[in-house]
Amino acid sequence: MAEAETSRRRERPLSPHLQIYRPMLTMMMSIVHRLTGAALFFGMLLVVWWLIAAATGPNAYANVQWFMQTLVGRLILFGYTWALIHHMLGGIRHLIWDLGYGFGPAEREWMAVANLVGSIGLTVVLWFVGYLMLGDIR
Amino acid sequence: MSRSSLRTPLGRVAHLGTARSGTRHFWHQRLTAVANVPLTIAFVLIVVGVLGRNHAAVVQILGSTFVSIVVLLFVVSSVYHMRLGMQVIIEDYVHDENLKIAALMANTFFTIAVGFAAAFATFKLAFGL
Repeated sequence: MAEAETSRRRERPLSPHLQIYRPMLTMMMSIVHRLTGAALFFGMLLVVWWLIAAATGPNAYANVQWFMQTLVGRLILFGYTWALIHHMLGGIRHLIWDLGYGFGPAEREWMAVANLVGSIGLTVVLWFVGYLMLGDIR
Repeated sequence: MSRSSLRTPLGRVAHLGTARSGTRHFWHQRLTAVANVPLTIAFVLIVVGVLGRNHAAVVQILGSTFVSIVVLLFVVSSVYHMRLGMQVIIEDYVHDENLKIAALMANTFFTIAVGFAAAFATFKLAFGL
C-alpha cells in the first residue's frame, strides 16, 4: 500500500508538447490561424469605433479619419486587413478539411502556401486599390 | 464511467456528448464561418468604397438600406463567430475554474456589447436619428 502511494506521487512522464517537434509550415499556420482570430476579436473594436463615429457626427468621424492617417493607425489597419484575409482563407482551408478533402501531404502543404501567399498578395492588392481610391477622391 | 447505470454508453452520449451541448458549438462555428466569407468580402468592399470620403457621404452610403443590411449581417455573424472562437481559446489555456468562468463571462459580455453597439450605430445611420 505504501509502495502504491509513492508511485502515485512520482512524477510521471507527460505527453510530448509542441516544443519537441520541428516547426512545420502547417503547424505554424495553425498557430497563426488562432492568433489572427484572437487579433480580429479585438480588431472588431475598430469597426465599432468607425460605425459609432459615423453615427455620432462629423467631429467624431474626423477623429477616426485622423487616427487612420497616422503611421500607427495605418499599421494597425494594414495588420487588420492581413489578419482578416488570412483568417478567411485559413477558414476556407478548414472548411475544405471539414468536407474530407486536402489531407494528403502535398495537398496540405500547397494549401498552407496558397493561404500565406494569397493573404499577403490580396492585402497588398487591396491596399493598392485603396490608395488609388484615395487618389481619385482628393 | 459508472457501471451501475442502466443507460447504454450510446444513450448517454447521443446528441449531447460529454459537454452536454452536442455538436452545436462546432456546427455554429462552421455556419458563421461560411456566412462570414461573403459578408466579409462585401464589408471590405464597402470600406474601400467609402475610403477618404467626407462624413456626409459616408453617412449616406452606410445609411442606405442595402449597405445597412450587409453591415448588420456582417457584424452579427462575426460577433457570434468571435464568441465561439474565443471560448475555445479560453477553454484551452485557462485552467483555473473560477478564472475560466470569469473569462467566459467576459467573452460573452464583450461580444454582445460590441455587437449591440455596432448594430445600434448601423440602425442609427439607416434611420437617420
